[in-house]
Amino acid sequence: MKAAATLTILAAACLLAACGEKPQTAGTKKFDAKPWEGAPGSAYLAAGWKAGDQASWEAQLKARSQGQDEYSRAPAKP
Amino acid sequence: MARMKFICDSERCIECNGCVTACKAEHEVPWGVNRRRVVTLNDGVPGEKSISVACMHCSDAPCMAVCPVDCFYRTDEGVVLHDKDVCIGCGYCSYACPFGAPQFPTNGTFGLRGKMDKCTFCAGGPEANGSPAEYEKYGRNRLAEGKLPACAEMCSTKALIGGDGDVVADIFRTRVLTRGKGSEVWGWGTAYGKPAGATTSGTQQPKAAKS
Repeated sequence: MKAAATLTILAAACLLAACGEKPQTAGTKKFDAKPWEGAPGSAYLAAGWKAGDQASWEAQLKARSQGQDEYSRAPAKP
Repeated sequence: MARMKFICDSERCIECNGCVTACKAEHEVPWGVNRRRVVTLNDGVPGEKSISVACMHCSDAPCMAVCPVDCFYRTDEGVVLHDKDVCIGCGYCSYACPFGAPQFPTNGTFGLRGKMDKCTFCAGGPEANGSPAEYEKYGRNRLAEGKLPACAEMCSTKALIGGDGDVVADIFRTRVLTRGKGSEVWGWGTAYGKPAGATTSGTQQPKAAKS
């Protein structure tokens, strides 16, 4: 009787050995929101464009990029 | 919109490190991590040249190619970003990058190597735009605020310019034409010296054909 019980416990241990293993799935990378959707709640949004409007965001960045060109900002006298 | 790009004009850079400081302050980058730095060639020698270097957001980024956990992604604007929740800090990207852009925070006696950190083109990361989680991991998301990277906007001599690649190229072309110098002003020839036998335009002299 005692041997049968031991055998049962051993069999159960063998069968259930993997049940305590934690899943090892690798984390998958998240994908980003579009920048033209804006940053809701940010106190630092630049004026001159509308969050969610891709065309206005692109126009805003283009205008800011042109601000780096001092030849267009302050053209020399001809 | 074209891809977002940086360009640094070595004729204008005065090695003030304003771009480095702007980046550190804007994103609260920790000690030991420099997303951007100024490299000077022939330092102290008349004619020395400086350029500001950070992640170049490569179109075919080697860091993306070698990452064993595929934590990198490229946005529609051409900005190369990564997910710190997936990064395992192995350092492969650091070995692959020709610009030394990937940085690893270190602390303690044994130099614990944490998650990789690099220039984000001020575009944050995969967390919600402008969220505290995004700021903590990647810094400010200025693109989502309708702004350009802090380093470029801060540059006092406008040596470092950033933005839409087409616009940036137009600005630089205008400068070159206004200076009256040719296209040799910018490039490897200016930064690292011209190869032996090169002409002023930076091209190799063709060898005379044998008759």
